[in-house]
Amino acid sequence: MSRTHVTCTINGDEVEFLCEDDTTLLNALRDEVGLTGSKEGCGTGDCGACSVIMDGALTCACLVFAPEAEGATVVTVEGIADGNKLHPLQQTFLEGAALQCGVCTPGFLVAAKALLDENPHPTETEVRYALAGNLCRCTGYDKIIRAVLAAADYNGSEG
Amino acid sequence: MKYLAPKTVEEATTLLAEHPGATVFAGATDVIPQLKAGRPEPEALVDLKKISQAVSVSDEGGHWSIGAATATAKLTGNKALAAEFPGLVEAAGLIGSDQVQSRATLGGNLCNASPAADSVPAMIANGMRAVIAGPGGTRTVAVEDIPTGPGSTQLQPGEFVVSFELDHAPARTGDAYLRLIPRTEMDIAVVGAGVRITLDDAGNVASATVAIGAVAPTARRVPAAEEALVGNPINDTTLAAVAEAASAACNPIDDKRGTIAYRRQVAGVLARRAVVAAAERAAASTNGASNNGETR
Repeated sequence: MSRTHVTCTINGDEVEFLCEDDTTLLNALRDEVGLTGSKEGCGTGDCGACSVIMDGALTCACLVFAPEAEGATVVTVEGIADGNKLHPLQQTFLEGAALQCGVCTPGFLVAAKALLDENPHPTETEVRYALAGNLCRCTGYDKIIRAVLAAADYNGSEG
Repeated sequence: MKYLAPKTVEEATTLLAEHPGATVFAGATDVIPQLKAGRPEPEALVDLKKISQAVSVSDEGGHWSIGAATATAKLTGNKALAAEFPGLVEAAGLIGSDQVQSRATLGGNLCNASPAADSVPAMIANGMRAVIAGPGGTRTVAVEDIPTGPGSTQLQPGEFVVSFELDHAPARTGDAYLRLIPRTEMDIAVVGAGVRITLDDAGNVASATVAIGAVAPTARRVPAAEEALVGNPINDTTLAAVAEAASAACNPIDDKRGTIAYRRQVAGVLARRAVVAAAERAAASTNGASNNGETR
């Protein structure tokens, strides 16, 4: 069967790729587009390691068929920094060592960015609920939550 | 497997006639995990999200029309819908994480036909109707009549749910959905209870719908609980009758989430609590009087 041609915007750039119709957006991002920041943890929408922002909505890329991305705007972890300047979340994750093995980190960064875009100064409870769809098998949640709250403070000092 | 994205209901029914082995999907939050778990690949996947009726939420005057493929995040974000039907919107908002909420849908939750689907008891409690399109045209069926067992529905080949109709609530009406899970987020209901109560001017129950989920092959109404409520005040006697009726209506399974005895007991507790929550909302409700002026 001929492959499907998909055109979409990824991290601000127009991107074209070819895929099988049963490919997930996650596999297309990793294998066709070469953006391997998004990780496959469970592949069933439970762990959030593949979190991307698609047309403004936080989504598991493993729960999207790649052809659905036709015409969509997708932001992956590779797109959250401003050129060489890290996103405040990336900075506070680094400073707070909010990672152990690192596999869940891209998903946490994207999900936390989606939260702060919507709610720049969340409470700890709001952060914990918003990140309920992201699992850290090293159980490093405390540092992750603190890093997100620190990035929210950073938002405040910036503006 | 071919991905197809029709833009109209007519186009979708034509495609389904051409591809009898096709699977219809909306958010894919159940379909993709099922394919990963070994469900045979269908010949085609028909995506409903490009059909505007299937992804819109609108007040049609006498009723709401809720697209079957509308992401639950759009329901929780709809202030007017959430104000009129907080229980329904809370049930929709319990399905999965924020990531899943941007994809999950009421149509998918219903047609996947899990006995534990969170939105279904709340849809039943609110008397929602499914608008079904198919080769023979369109028909409208009560939500409670759609699931026929775990993973099965009364939908015929080539049929799919386009949207739901939800009548505006009468004055002094409230709804609630409560579920038990062992954690606070991201889990499947051990028991769920959806209730809608309308009070009369004296504060007695004028009408009641009680539905329970995860305790039988499909979500089901509890007529004995409804009868115990109608015409009576909400008090210890009627609440005890509700709990007893809900427990008696269960036909649960033993599994890792809960035993038969536990599910039966919790169904009574949750039904009683959901009645209290719905009645409190009904007493505080400003539905009806103000809506008549503003929206119709």
